[in-house]
Amino acid sequence: MSCTVAVVDYGMGNLRSVAKAIEHVAPDDRVLVTADPAAIAAADRVVVPGQGAMPDCMRELEARGLRQPVLEAAAEKPFLGICIGLQMLFGHAEEGNVMGLGVLPGRVPRFPRAAMVAADGARLKVPHMGWNEVNQAVQEGGEVHPLWHGIADGSRFYFVHSYYVEPEHAEVIAGSTQYGIPFTSAVARANIFAVQFHPEKSAQAGLQLLGSFMRWKPSLC
Amino acid sequence: MALFPGWDTDDIMLAKRIIPCLDVKAGRVVKGVNFVELRDAGDPVEVARRYDEQGADEITFLDITASSDDRDIILHVVEQVAEQVFIPLTVGGGVREVADVRRLLNAGADKVSINTAAVNHPQLVADASAKVGSQCIVVAIDAKQTSPGKWQVFTHGGRNNTGLDAIEWAQRVTSLGAGEILLTCMDRDGTRNGFDLALTRAISEAVDIPVIASGGVGNLQHLADGVIAGKADAVLAASIFHYGEYTVRQAKQYMRDRGIEVRL
Repeated sequence: MSCTVAVVDYGMGNLRSVAKAIEHVAPDDRVLVTADPAAIAAADRVVVPGQGAMPDCMRELEARGLRQPVLEAAAEKPFLGICIGLQMLFGHAEEGNVMGLGVLPGRVPRFPRAAMVAADGARLKVPHMGWNEVNQAVQEGGEVHPLWHGIADGSRFYFVHSYYVEPEHAEVIAGSTQYGIPFTSAVARANIFAVQFHPEKSAQAGLQLLGSFMRWKPSLC
Repeated sequence: MALFPGWDTDDIMLAKRIIPCLDVKAGRVVKGVNFVELRDAGDPVEVARRYDEQGADEITFLDITASSDDRDIILHVVEQVAEQVFIPLTVGGGVREVADVRRLLNAGADKVSINTAAVNHPQLVADASAKVGSQCIVVAIDAKQTSPGKWQVFTHGGRNNTGLDAIEWAQRVTSLGAGEILLTCMDRDGTRNGFDLALTRAISEAVDIPVIASGGVGNLQHLADGVIAGKADAVLAASIFHYGEYTVRQAKQYMRDRGIEVRL
């Protein structure tokens, strides 16, 4: 059965790539790039992408009246956050000293300058830009999250970011990556899955993840 | 740190990137050692898809369309490629104002490269990155050696010396908000003698944003040199891939054999 996925448009970043990548993996589904709260509420699945600066993203989300629709989606339907769409799920963000949506407890710090040194003493560049490995977290019961299915552990995804999420509770960590420090590159809780990298720009591994998201049936309790 | 016990944080797993560059003129990929003899080399979508299949980490399009009437054609090219190729796309050439940057991003580009306009109006770098985020703004620097250990920034294919010191300029655009530098060693461009490694290393060590090395690649050793001796975060090449001498995959295998982290 065909479903509708809403890609939430709050004016930040290139949503076209996200929409095109989903259309590519789910040709029978309807992909809606929208800022309409009613359309988000009516959608079967919701994707919140986002790039740029966290303060701008939060401001635009508020200005367009999208805080509530996004919170409701995060509470009840298959929800995929990408990049800033991951970061905004958390509480305090160091960037611009703003508060996120607070759906998940934790903070969003910047890569610490002191830790940005490679083994040979070379400085690591920030933003963390490029293809890095994502180590899939084994959940309780010994399985990895269903959205990792079909993707080899340690596969590379495309990242562009200077800030990362630091969840308060380790059980929401679905994937981790290292760049100077180990950091959380994917989180999951019930109907929520959110990633720091850009699946829409991550070639086959990213498309596989988006396809799995479009078929995902999370249990909500 | 307690969340990730047992990790050796000295291992850097971030892959060095290999970026094929396509010159696009009036909607077609063109090839040529210089700008005089250009040959049609195919449909940008097909060429981009081929590089994606070979494992390219990104693709850069350089719009060399001369007539401003034909400028919008690149937008259609980007739209079509972005519908079918799901890796980062960078587009440069003729970017003069923030509106140009936005148009390219809206068409599906992930990053936009600014060259001459940055030299003429450095504020453009600041305005563009404030508007769309540093991660989308690449500043292209064409540099030539002017005396031992000194390089200056040139424009117009290496004909105009701006008088700017390349290292100082790289630091300046970084502080203005550039997210990445595309460094072309103009003394080497088209020579197939390899990058100017001293220049590449000097720029890469002078800034804390990623640096893409470009200009002069003639074989796979040159790519590895750019990363190892030049300290580049990514390497860009055109002709060695276009003429089918090497595939991107061969290049990556070669780099991996020399201990460079790549996505294979």
